[in-house]
Amino acid sequence: MSDSHAIAAEAGHDNHADHPPYLRHHFVSMEQQDETVSFGMWLFLLTEIMFFGGLFTAYLIYRNWYFPAFVAGSHQLDIFWGSLNTLLLICSSFTMAMGVWSAETKRHKGLVWSLIGTLILGIGFLGIKTIEYTEKYEKHHIPGHTFDWKGFVNPTPEEIAKGDKPLAPDMAQKTEVYFSLYFAMTGMHALHMIIGIALLLGMLVKAMRGGYMDGHIAFVENFGLYWHFVDIVWIFLFPLLYLISRHQ
Amino acid sequence: MGLSPVIWQFLVKWMVNFAIIPPEASKIAPQVDALLVFMTLVSLVGLVLVGLLVTAFSIMYRRDKNPVATQIEGSTLLEATWTIIPLGLFLVMFVWGSVLYFRIYTPPPNAMNIYVVGKQWMWKAEHPGGQHEINSLHVPTGRPIQITLISQDVFHSFSIPAFRVKREAIPGRYTTVWFEATTPGAYHLFCTQYCGTQHSGMVGEVDVLTPEDYKKWLAGSTSGVSLAQNGERLFASLSCNACHNGQPDSRGPSLADVYGSKLMLTTGQPILVDEAYLRQAILNPSQHITQGYAPIMPTYQGQISEEGLISLVEYIKNLSSNYRVQQTLNTTGLLPEQPDKTSSRPAGAQGVTKP
Amino acid sequence: MSTIVSLPDQATAQIPKRNYITNENGLMSWLLTGDHKRIAMLYLISITLFFFIGGALAGLIRMELLTPQSDLMSTDTYNKVFTMHGVIMIFLFLVPSVPATLGNFLIPIMVGAKDLAFPKINLLSWYLYVAGGIMTLAAMITGGVDTGWTFTTPMSTHFSNTNVVTTGLAIFVAGFSSIFTGLNFIVTIHRMRAPGMTWFKLPLFCWSHYAASILMVLGTPVLAITLVLVVLERTIGIGVFDPTKGGDPILFQHLFWFYSHPAVYIMILPGMGVISEVISTFSRKRVFGYTAVAFSSVAIAVFGFFVWAHHMFIMGVSNYAVLVFSLLTMLVAVPSAIKIFNWAFTLYKGSITFETPMLYAFGFMGLFTIGGLTGVFLGSSGTDIHLTETYFIVAHFHFVMVGGMLMAFLSGVHFWWPKMTGRMYPEKISQLAAVVTFIGFNFTFFPQFLVGMLGMPRRYAAYPQEFQVLNVFSTAGATILGVGYLLPIIYLLWSLKYGEIAGNNPWQATGLEWQIQSPPLTENFTTIPIVTQDVYDYEWLDRQKEHEVTHVG
Repeated sequence: MSDSHAIAAEAGHDNHADHPPYLRHHFVSMEQQDETVSFGMWLFLLTEIMFFGGLFTAYLIYRNWYFPAFVAGSHQLDIFWGSLNTLLLICSSFTMAMGVWSAETKRHKGLVWSLIGTLILGIGFLGIKTIEYTEKYEKHHIPGHTFDWKGFVNPTPEEIAKGDKPLAPDMAQKTEVYFSLYFAMTGMHALHMIIGIALLLGMLVKAMRGGYMDGHIAFVENFGLYWHFVDIVWIFLFPLLYLISRHQ
Repeated sequence: MGLSPVIWQFLVKWMVNFAIIPPEASKIAPQVDALLVFMTLVSLVGLVLVGLLVTAFSIMYRRDKNPVATQIEGSTLLEATWTIIPLGLFLVMFVWGSVLYFRIYTPPPNAMNIYVVGKQWMWKAEHPGGQHEINSLHVPTGRPIQITLISQDVFHSFSIPAFRVKREAIPGRYTTVWFEATTPGAYHLFCTQYCGTQHSGMVGEVDVLTPEDYKKWLAGSTSGVSLAQNGERLFASLSCNACHNGQPDSRGPSLADVYGSKLMLTTGQPILVDEAYLRQAILNPSQHITQGYAPIMPTYQGQISEEGLISLVEYIKNLSSNYRVQQTLNTTGLLPEQPDKTSSRPAGAQGVTKP
Repeated sequence: MSTIVSLPDQATAQIPKRNYITNENGLMSWLLTGDHKRIAMLYLISITLFFFIGGALAGLIRMELLTPQSDLMSTDTYNKVFTMHGVIMIFLFLVPSVPATLGNFLIPIMVGAKDLAFPKINLLSWYLYVAGGIMTLAAMITGGVDTGWTFTTPMSTHFSNTNVVTTGLAIFVAGFSSIFTGLNFIVTIHRMRAPGMTWFKLPLFCWSHYAASILMVLGTPVLAITLVLVVLERTIGIGVFDPTKGGDPILFQHLFWFYSHPAVYIMILPGMGVISEVISTFSRKRVFGYTAVAFSSVAIAVFGFFVWAHHMFIMGVSNYAVLVFSLLTMLVAVPSAIKIFNWAFTLYKGSITFETPMLYAFGFMGLFTIGGLTGVFLGSSGTDIHLTETYFIVAHFHFVMVGGMLMAFLSGVHFWWPKMTGRMYPEKISQLAAVVTFIGFNFTFFPQFLVGMLGMPRRYAAYPQEFQVLNVFSTAGATILGVGYLLPIIYLLWSLKYGEIAGNNPWQATGLEWQIQSPPLTENFTTIPIVTQDVYDYEWLDRQKEHEVTHVG
């Protein structure tokens, strides 16, 4: 063709009859819109990996340098609460996946109950974290000027019975590094949980009013991706923080 | 390196006189300058080449002269050329520069050690013979000098442009750099890492002296107590000698001749005992326990200044027998701030090098 | 000299009545817009504001350095001034400059889309930028911050008594602006290209922005978490960087430079994209070695992630690590050299004119070459020992950032000004401004190479007497440079009312943006184009013109 145009000379369209109302006008089709939004969410999650990556790097270095202190610090965390939290989050990822499926198959009740389940499990997670943080506060294990490392030099008889060894003073002081990373990592994770729960609430309200039943479920799907990501971060945090040298 | 020494000397003199480079006052300085000259020449050639191409093409192919452009896709040969030649030149600079880098940061074993502590906002130099300087450093020509640096607070950077050396002074660990001064004179000493209010006031003078003048300076500036002697005093006052007394049943290992040796730690890992190890062993003993000993050494973190640590390190470096250690153990009169009442202080304690 | 400018008949020409500026009226229609072009304009205004604040701070620095003593202001004030200059210029000007203004405006049009993938996130990114900017100004007004833009610990965590936390959080917020911009660009370029627009028909402007966006998206989050750790250490006393608690200040250096080195490529790559477009247009030629230039952009982005420790050569990192990073630094220098030569050879057998954007582009080529080559001086570890932390470094980065990036920004603003506003700027005075800027720049920054080679440290409020002559030169140059930067503000604003009507394609350039009206419609295209021509296809453009001529009436 000798006469190629770059711009077709057609009139613009004014009616919306031929596409759904939630198709944004800069997209050509719903398919393009959904794929684009999904791509965007995956890319955002990649940035989140880089964000947490800095903390994981610091953790790996200091664990290598101060292993006995990290062991002692890790033994201060309650495996029961940590495991329970892990279970809660894994279940919440399941309920979230159920929610996405319900939205895809237009099951209104299924969606609402799945979201409620996810919400309750998420709030439960935060509740347990509050219990754990409070315990840390009472034991003076929050880094800063209230931090007390002397307890690691002279562990209590119960702790010794569980396998804890007394640390030399200079190594005991390094437990503050462990707890700094503990609070930074779980705190950042908890912040992401809080944001997720806020979004989840908004989504739940809309779902209860009948939303997400018309096939336009990109928000639910992409929120699901976010929620699963936050879960996966926890699945890395749990063994790294809670399970150091617990095999005896 | 291709340039005859005469031309090279002339070039350097010209550059120094026209204040393009600082004076060359160390053995490594001319070597660094040689690479700098090479880089400048390559850059000039590169810049002139780009400039010529742009200018020539702009003139030859300006619209008046060439109203219709010829569409050209590219040329793999040219791409290869201007990839490989710059890469080759850069790799030459990489190798040359790396050799220089290793030279500057690998002190020869016979280097004389001077400790420098940086703090906001001054440099404190500690000579082994007990000379202390602030914002000043006296060194002799003709001897390799190692500077062992540390900071007491924030990052500083110890820079002597005339020697072409620079090293960061970091809180928490020693760093080292070495040089051999060649020309007597006074040269700038700068702190080049921003460190707060008086960063630009942390400026000093390096005085390079001939060996005879240096000996005179040493004699005239000594505080009477060498670093090792001060270290001995601290060793006793901090009760190090309670465990490290060299007796067979002692709770801590003997420190005689430990410096420079290879030690086996309780972790099973062998380690070379240098200044950094000694400093760490005093501050973080539980990670540096010699095999066969219990981890009972207390930490001195927060109880001892960097100068104190330097004195202790110097003392241990020079300890070749436990005789003096046991002497101080038996001496009840040896308290901090009190003069040594037992023996007259010899010019150097056992094994300490005399100034 | 001849020109390729081709304007419609000024007697009858008018700005098209319906365009993105006239589409809606009222402040809210701008503050709540989703239109990428309006957001680009919002960015342009705010970036210019911050540029002049940062520039004023630079003026203060140069005035203080006229004399060897610290006599104009206290050293504490000076330390705050250079810190703020760095923070504002880097985070609030250089990082967003080309991407957030020209990138936002042009990328959808260049790929043939009606907007970016996520218009609301685009608007959010502007608000985050403004929030970060306001927090920075608040930190400045309420006492400033004096750690240097590099926030070196333990100075920033334990020893500084200034607004470190506010500034750190401000940069954290502004960083997300950058992340969202990059995210939008990557998704748009992947997913919203018009039919027929293959990757290798994309203008090199898009390739450069794509590469920069990868860096923005992957690198900035690391800075974010590092700033969080600094704030936590300063406020509640966690000890991750504190040697007295077992932490390591060198860890901060690694984390900080892991972002801050790619950051310099975030800053320069979009500028390089501008240069590709400008040199092509004013030589009437396809960019020589299009594929090489495109891949070089991506190579710079990838290699750029692996060289960060060349900022730490003298900090006690292992000699072997230095070997690796020095080698990689030499490798990352090569793609930039490739680009310079490709641009030079684009001129070969071209048909060259010297309008203002082209003058800025030539300035870029010369000054970026010098800046880049001096980077090699620093990448070689042995010479870095002597040159690092001196004014040599200051000169190096000002050559690449101001002589390079800022010139590219001005080149781009002038090049696309007619498209964005519908008006031409006055040519003669703008050419004068370009020349004045070039001269002023060299006078300001070349002496700094010399004074750095002599050993003058950076961040010094007072310096030894022997460095004064070169410093006076530098300050004199800065005055000229200031004039060079003020002129465009004046005549560009003037042109909004009195400039000639530009028409669709005053430069007779290729590229989809030049085939639509100036200023564009809100929706850019009435129908999505189908792309059959090549990129930089001047022969196609000539055929289009014949087609118009023979089909009139």
